[in-house]
Amino acid sequence: MSDHTHDHGDHHPPHPMQPDLEDTPLTYHQSMTLAVVELLIEKNVISADEVRAMHEVIDATSPALGAKLVARAWSDAEFKKRLLKSVNDAAAEFGVDAGPVPIRAMENTTGVHNVIVCTLCSCYPKYLLGLPPDWYKSRAYRSRVVREPRAVLAEFGTQLPGDVDLVVHDSTADFRYMVLPLRPAGTDGLGEEELAAIVTRDCMIGVTCPKAPGSE
Amino acid sequence: MANQRRPHDMGGAEAGPVEQTEHAPESWEKTVDTILRLVSDKKRRIMTVDELRRGIEDLGPGAYDELNYYERWIASITSNLIAKGVITVEELGAKMEEVEKSWAEKA
Repeated sequence: MSDHTHDHGDHHPPHPMQPDLEDTPLTYHQSMTLAVVELLIEKNVISADEVRAMHEVIDATSPALGAKLVARAWSDAEFKKRLLKSVNDAAAEFGVDAGPVPIRAMENTTGVHNVIVCTLCSCYPKYLLGLPPDWYKSRAYRSRVVREPRAVLAEFGTQLPGDVDLVVHDSTADFRYMVLPLRPAGTDGLGEEELAAIVTRDCMIGVTCPKAPGSE
Repeated sequence: MANQRRPHDMGGAEAGPVEQTEHAPESWEKTVDTILRLVSDKKRRIMTVDELRRGIEDLGPGAYDELNYYERWIASITSNLIAKGVITVEELGAKMEEVEKSWAEKA
């Protein structure tokens, strides 16, 4: 970053830009984004510190937070009850703020498998699990998972037995879902950290199932 | 009827295989998310997620499919902020010019 124009007097708020962008030309919408954030800072609607802090929150949010909740639920039946009652309250026990929108965990059992989608947009428990993957927001996933979920799951390598009911949950702006996967066989005796390690983002969306370490 | 659906309303429609692509969120994308989280938080309540969605749905069928995800978001956030008088079109135009100029100087 060049510093020859801003090397004295810090009257300009620091640009909320990052080096990964600076080597490429700015697109129209990137320019709009930077312009809007700078205008909001100039008008004291938001502060540069709040922008930086929120970037850090976004960077710190990942599926690992959800995996911890799942691993605890697998290990502690009382916690599982609380998780199924309210993911947000259960996350708070870990000191995690799961965001302003209520999240419900849908429990997979030997007879029922759950999968989540947002057909109308891309609602996702992102305050808990981080930003959703591109495919979750794609036309193909949003269109098809409510119509032919078994075929979509098969594309992710997940073959469900025919006698397992598949339930698709369509999220809304005011209500989000996550899947509480079924604890796989062969994981007896594993501690919570080892269990959390096999719980992936895709398991909590419901397109895959966790696998015991070393199985495949 | 299917042909009267708006472009965002795609549940159950025919579509090809799910391309399992993903990319690490870019900085400007996180900035878009950041703007929305801040202007919709309890402290400010300038706009809601529903207003974000309405703005995206109002982009029309062409723009909805041509723009990528966070482009749709910033387009909607910006129209909302203008409609609410938080920023003006003139301020936005001038600031974008400034941003682009300083970007070009750095390149």
